Amino acid sequence: MLKYIGKRLLFGIVSLFALIVIVFFLTRFMPGNPFNYENINQSVRDELLSHYGLDRPVLEQLGVYLNNLLHGDLGISYKKAGMTVNELIRTEAPYTLRLGVISYVISLVLGVFLGIRMAVTSRESVRGGLMAFTVMGISIPNYVLALLLMLVFGVMLKLVPVVGLGTWKHYILPVASLTVYPLAQISKLVRSSYTEAMQQDYVTMAKAKGIAGRRIVLVHILKNAMIPVITASGPIIAFLVTGSFVVEEIFTIPGIGREFVDAVSNRDYTVIMGLTIFLGITLMICNLAADILCVLVDPRIKLEE
Amino acid sequence: MLRPEEYFEPLDPAEKNEEYIAMESKSFARDTWERFCANKRAVAGLILLAVIAVIAFAGPLLSPYPYDGMDTSIANQGPSLAHWFGTDKMGRDEFTRVLYGARISLMIGFVATAANMVIGIIYGGIAGYVGGVADNIMVRVMDVVQSIPAMIYMILIMLMLGSNVYSVMIGICVNGWINMARIVRGEVRTLKEREFATAAFVLGASRKRILFKYLMVNAVGPIIVTATLMVPQAIFNEAFLSFIGIGISAPQASLGTLAQDAKMMISKYPMLMVYPVLVICLVIFALNFVGEGLEEALNPKGRD
Repeated sequence: MLKYIGKRLLFGIVSLFALIVIVFFLTRFMPGNPFNYENINQSVRDELLSHYGLDRPVLEQLGVYLNNLLHGDLGISYKKAGMTVNELIRTEAPYTLRLGVISYVISLVLGVFLGIRMAVTSRESVRGGLMAFTVMGISIPNYVLALLLMLVFGVMLKLVPVVGLGTWKHYILPVASLTVYPLAQISKLVRSSYTEAMQQDYVTMAKAKGIAGRRIVLVHILKNAMIPVITASGPIIAFLVTGSFVVEEIFTIPGIGREFVDAVSNRDYTVIMGLTIFLGITLMICNLAADILCVLVDPRIKLEE
Repeated sequence: MLRPEEYFEPLDPAEKNEEYIAMESKSFARDTWERFCANKRAVAGLILLAVIAVIAFAGPLLSPYPYDGMDTSIANQGPSLAHWFGTDKMGRDEFTRVLYGARISLMIGFVATAANMVIGIIYGGIAGYVGGVADNIMVRVMDVVQSIPAMIYMILIMLMLGSNVYSVMIGICVNGWINMARIVRGEVRTLKEREFATAAFVLGASRKRILFKYLMVNAVGPIIVTATLMVPQAIFNEAFLSFIGIGISAPQASLGTLAQDAKMMISKYPMLMVYPVLVICLVIFALNFVGEGLEEALNPKGRD
């Protein structure tokens, strides 16, 4: 187990390094630089470039950046005066995290519930309705959904506020826009794995032994049916991360996603890189956690594979 | 001792046709097509897609208005006979722009998918066929590229290459091919162990010929299904980029750009938002239904 985690961590570090280098060169080769203001003259611009070390050779810049990174320093924003990237992440991450966690928990709980209903119900109308929901939930792009929800419930019916994150009511639409896709995905997965698990010999065995129905569902079936759901957590968390880009933008919520989109349009190199690395690390930790959880739930999975 | 005429016993005429193959012999394509047509949802999706494609490609030619023709005297009009979907804030005809946007979105979807398909087939085919250390390294490369959400790469590529149709396509290709490569690799790995591959090798066929002539042909089902599902993904990504303001920019219009424009005026002119969003949904639904239908039609397990 430890060997497996070590191997995964090593691999994670290698991919993270590759990511950092790729992002570094991509940002350096972007047309325009962060100090392309019309109203400053060349000498001020040169001064700014040398202040931030942008006039030095690219490889040297990379070295300096990597060195700082090892000390946990993601650099200073070029656009927000005096703001470090670490500070930015510290102030903005809680909003994104809160939205993401709420959406994930709701989609997990509701998804398992709906998935089981689809698997066990004998009513064709219930199954059909839920199936149609999952197909729609998977096909509809998240920003389209966010816009539609905003249009219908915020603008036309005026039921909920559409800007900011003040009260609990403000959370309804953003969370709904982020939840539908993972919810559809999870319920679809649970449906098929639950149906499959129900036909296994150990379930027949448990029934034959006379174990209570509830216990069979929770311990024998659900535990096995959850494995694909855990594996899908990685992509779902990635979806929540990119989803936050648009959802925060549409509902004018502060957060990492919005900062990233802003930094992109401002060509704020350090913020782009810092946030990319931050998101990359977060995703890698989530994927590793999902893999470890999978092994804990199902020891049959071979670690070496 | 048998007499020569007793060597063979004539068959009872009633038994003569017992082994007769009543099933019509069908080509692979025809069989797939017939099974596809049996799925109503898939056919509906295909028809819808064809209708949208025809209107999107022919429509702008027939429309009396250019997609970028501005006339501020008629800005922000509601739907009328002259302007079916009304006009936007610059007085451009919204109907023409939606058609034009659908055309760009469809084009990006199909071209990017074709490129991803080619890259994925070659990469996955080689990784699966060669195996060993090369395969291991190639899989690791895919893992590294895939460990970061595609959207982040796309955004960076867009910034580097500027906002136009080509950079959107390149951005989509950065890791769109990986799914295809994984599927092809898996298929090739199992197919290359089969007898016909060994037979081809024994008969002296070159590796390239075995891989592309014999193995790929047998993997065509999963390849087509994966490709169909890649198209909506590409359209989705393009609209996403345009929506956050770094994709295709005005006066050109994709469906994402139109949604982005409409978002600013959502409280005043909500209908401007409805048209592009509706078309995106229709296209994506149609493509998903077609993909689902193909998946069923090409799955040999469902064959009776």
